[in-house]
Amino acid sequence: MTKSSATSDWVLFIAFAAAVLTMPIWLAPFGANYPDLMQKFAIFGVFAIGFNILFGLTGYLSFGHAAFLGVGSYTAVWSFKLLTMNVLPAVLFSIVVAGLFAFLIGFISLRRSGIYFSILTLAFAQMSYNLAYSVLTPITNGETGLQLSLSDARVLDAMAGISTGRSLPSTSLFGVKMSGLPGFYFCAVVLIIGFFIALRITRSPFGTMLRGIKSNQTRMSYTGLNTRPYLIWAFVISGMYAGLAGSLLAVTDPLAGAERMQWTASGEVVLMTILGGAGTLLGPVLGAALIKYFENIFSAFNQGTLNQIFDALPDGLQNIVVEVVSLFVGDGWHLTLGLLFMITVIFLPGGIMEGMRRIGGLFTRKKPQPTSSSTTAVVDPS
Amino acid sequence: MENTVLHVADVHKSFAGLHALSDIDLSVREGETHAIIGPNGAGKSTLLNVCIGRLRPDSGQVVFDGQNLTGKQPHEINQLGVVRVFQTPEIFPELSLLENVMIPVLAKRDGAFKLSWFRRFSGENDVRLQAEDILTDLGLGSLIGSEAGSLSRGDKRRLELAMGLAQQPRLLLLDEPTAGMARHDTNATIDLLKRIKAQGMTKVIIEHDMHVVFSLADRISVLAGGRIICQGTPEEVKADPRVKEAYLGEEQV
Repeated sequence: MTKSSATSDWVLFIAFAAAVLTMPIWLAPFGANYPDLMQKFAIFGVFAIGFNILFGLTGYLSFGHAAFLGVGSYTAVWSFKLLTMNVLPAVLFSIVVAGLFAFLIGFISLRRSGIYFSILTLAFAQMSYNLAYSVLTPITNGETGLQLSLSDARVLDAMAGISTGRSLPSTSLFGVKMSGLPGFYFCAVVLIIGFFIALRITRSPFGTMLRGIKSNQTRMSYTGLNTRPYLIWAFVISGMYAGLAGSLLAVTDPLAGAERMQWTASGEVVLMTILGGAGTLLGPVLGAALIKYFENIFSAFNQGTLNQIFDALPDGLQNIVVEVVSLFVGDGWHLTLGLLFMITVIFLPGGIMEGMRRIGGLFTRKKPQPTSSSTTAVVDPS
Repeated sequence: MENTVLHVADVHKSFAGLHALSDIDLSVREGETHAIIGPNGAGKSTLLNVCIGRLRPDSGQVVFDGQNLTGKQPHEINQLGVVRVFQTPEIFPELSLLENVMIPVLAKRDGAFKLSWFRRFSGENDVRLQAEDILTDLGLGSLIGSEAGSLSRGDKRRLELAMGLAQQPRLLLLDEPTAGMARHDTNATIDLLKRIKAQGMTKVIIEHDMHVVFSLADRISVLAGGRIICQGTPEEVKADPRVKEAYLGEEQV
């Protein structure tokens, strides 16, 4: 049994890695194979995977994870400004700083559970957002956002004799510029590593304890388990993933603004995770990709493109249809997202992953169900 | 007194002026099965809750094996070897039966907290075998992979018992272990508890079913109105007129 479930995990992992790395090929028919968008898929995939470790496994719903995303971005840009344009130190620092920040917020917020926990995290994130605009302006550069400039120190680069010349330098990984496709592949590799670690955590005794907390936290205490350090670690790990995602945003586009910490950004990762399927491994990545894809497609539509699409209709009808549809596209694409989300929660509470399981179930229903097979003894959510 | 394992000393607990427990003095000896009986609302469950740290007594203390349990966290009390089986099944409904039992076994082996990210839960073979043994022992062997939430009420209670036994507790606190069970299940549970008794596990058992109490208990404490009104062997308790008045009269033993 152990062998077979370990094998199926490797199959899952390799399939995932292959699918991520070949995105430029199979996304072409969807018109989504350009680097900027694929980078977003990978970055928000990382964000959602990490969020799922907290929300999917323990059931604790944080409404403040964008704060860690923002902290990650700021840290990365500072690393670019002060040390080097190499992305590795930036990524590492971001993870560490976001982790520390998450420990601080988690330590306090996890004194409560349920809605009170959610409100506490939301309050902390909004506080961070407002501080970034006010008191912390020397660090965050306020409304302008933190940007690179020609006068930055870049101590390590200077020591290595890399001069920037007259134009702003770009982020790089040992000489390879992190824009376009190379940027995507860097994010993709990070996503694959992040997925692997999440997979191991989910399958570990630690991950099972987190699922136990979601299932019946009181029982965990009476079983001799101290749930608090488990929760704090889960919170810190997911905060580190968020910081990592934030640093990747800065890697692909080296500037950081406070709007990344706003509550809408925190809400977005909640939507991604639930839409894909909370508690599953693949769900959050699918949810993140789907939302970013739709955002990209629908928000690009405007009155002109709609008129073209519905050109075949009679004039009066065309105007009406265009008026109605335009509510759902362009700036109004959030209306589409809201509808999509409502439909998912009402009809498929388990998200896309549950939908896929149901479709899979239609094909396998005929087969006899094994009643006491030990291969199914440990429920492995994939 | 010989080898007292659990000593409840002068415990008081009141809720909003209502005296749930007063002057409770109770000693449980090593290896014995000690039954606590009494009419509804006598304070039996409150007493267990005080013992496992769910409630804090207003005064007095609970001493287990020389250690004061008062004010300790529930998980600390469990780690000392005091395990409670609840009356309403407290299980992990979304997890499989095997996982439900593996978690307590792991908690006993690894302690209250352990970072174990790179081992596989399903690869913990010793833990799994131990859990499978216990589940088979309790007649749940064929359901090992099912979701615990899908069990019948009686099976949930047996699963909870399995979770308790999996930790090989030094003191097992059972809250009406046979309530809601069919007759043959009750008898099976009695047999099981007798077997555990043969292994020398100390037990405190709250029970309404006198058949169960008199087939298992070495000593009985009778609780009424938050006080212990009588304590002794089953024969002594049966003969005590105060007990008849407070409790046994209703039950027609």
